[in-house]
Amino acid sequence: MFKAKVLIKRRKTILDPQGKAVEIGAKHLGLTNIKNTRIDKYIEFNVDTSDRKSAENEVNEYCKKLLANPIMEDYEFSLSEWTPSEEEVK
Amino acid sequence: MNKPKFGVVVFPGSNCDHDTYYVLRKIIDVDVVFLWHKQTSLDGCDVLILPGGFSYGDYLRTGAISRFSPIMNEVIKFANKGGYVLGICNGFQILLEAGLLPGIMIRNESLNFVCKDIYLKVENKKTNYTRAINGNKVLKIPIAHGEGNYFTDEKTLKQLEDNQQIVFRYCLNNGSVTADANPNGSINNIAGIMNKKGNVLGMMPHPERCSDPVLGKTDGSLIFNSLVNNIFN
Repeated sequence: MFKAKVLIKRRKTILDPQGKAVEIGAKHLGLTNIKNTRIDKYIEFNVDTSDRKSAENEVNEYCKKLLANPIMEDYEFSLSEWTPSEEEVK
Repeated sequence: MNKPKFGVVVFPGSNCDHDTYYVLRKIIDVDVVFLWHKQTSLDGCDVLILPGGFSYGDYLRTGAISRFSPIMNEVIKFANKGGYVLGICNGFQILLEAGLLPGIMIRNESLNFVCKDIYLKVENKKTNYTRAINGNKVLKIPIAHGEGNYFTDEKTLKQLEDNQQIVFRYCLNNGSVTADANPNGSINNIAGIMNKKGNVLGMMPHPERCSDPVLGKTDGSLIFNSLVNNIFN
């Protein structure tokens, strides 16, 4: 089994309204040096196969078709060998 | 006699501010002003209302950015001095983020935005927000929220229960508090809580949406009238 860790980032050229709104909070807090706040998405999940190649394919498909919108977002991910804890199996 | 003066705080994205203003002025018959969130003065208001809405687009967490709006320093000082602050829906979420009330709000258990009339059991009738509510009357008040699932740790929950800080619970129309009556998954069916002193109240249901008789429901006015009767008479 693998653990996939996916980072999805909105392209720099596309406005991030959430980042912009949150940065107003920073200004109100008096944090004047904070610039270009961007809020990205970090997603974790398990891939239940022992074959790295097929795990990669499946994660790519998940990212391209569902997790990220390729028109405005880029994604990157890592895969590491993983033995789930008893709690996770439940 | 001078009328009590209410202040409705307006954040960018508040959308129940005008309903609240209208009800206070026309139905409850008190003085009322809007307080823009960038103000640092409360304009001599006797009571503050943080209205419903989607301040700052609900980004990051509901209420998380509004909590740092300039006016909030004054709101917090006012509350700490015993001033009356009522947070409705998004206003409740802001009070939680500001630490004026304990706990947090998470996404409704159903994942749906829920917009409907619900029934409320008044758990504590000895507050200045509820004293005008007679006997075992069950209130019928609408909710409209996506994140009204109140949560807190066991220790805080026990304190809330022990100190009678839980003011409203979701219930059936006969007043029984059941899982079926819980519209959002809130722990112990909590719909509204107050601080220990009893001057700060947060509630998810919208009393301003059921105060004008022309709408056919007036249970919300009982809460505003309780405040006016108990604080100013």
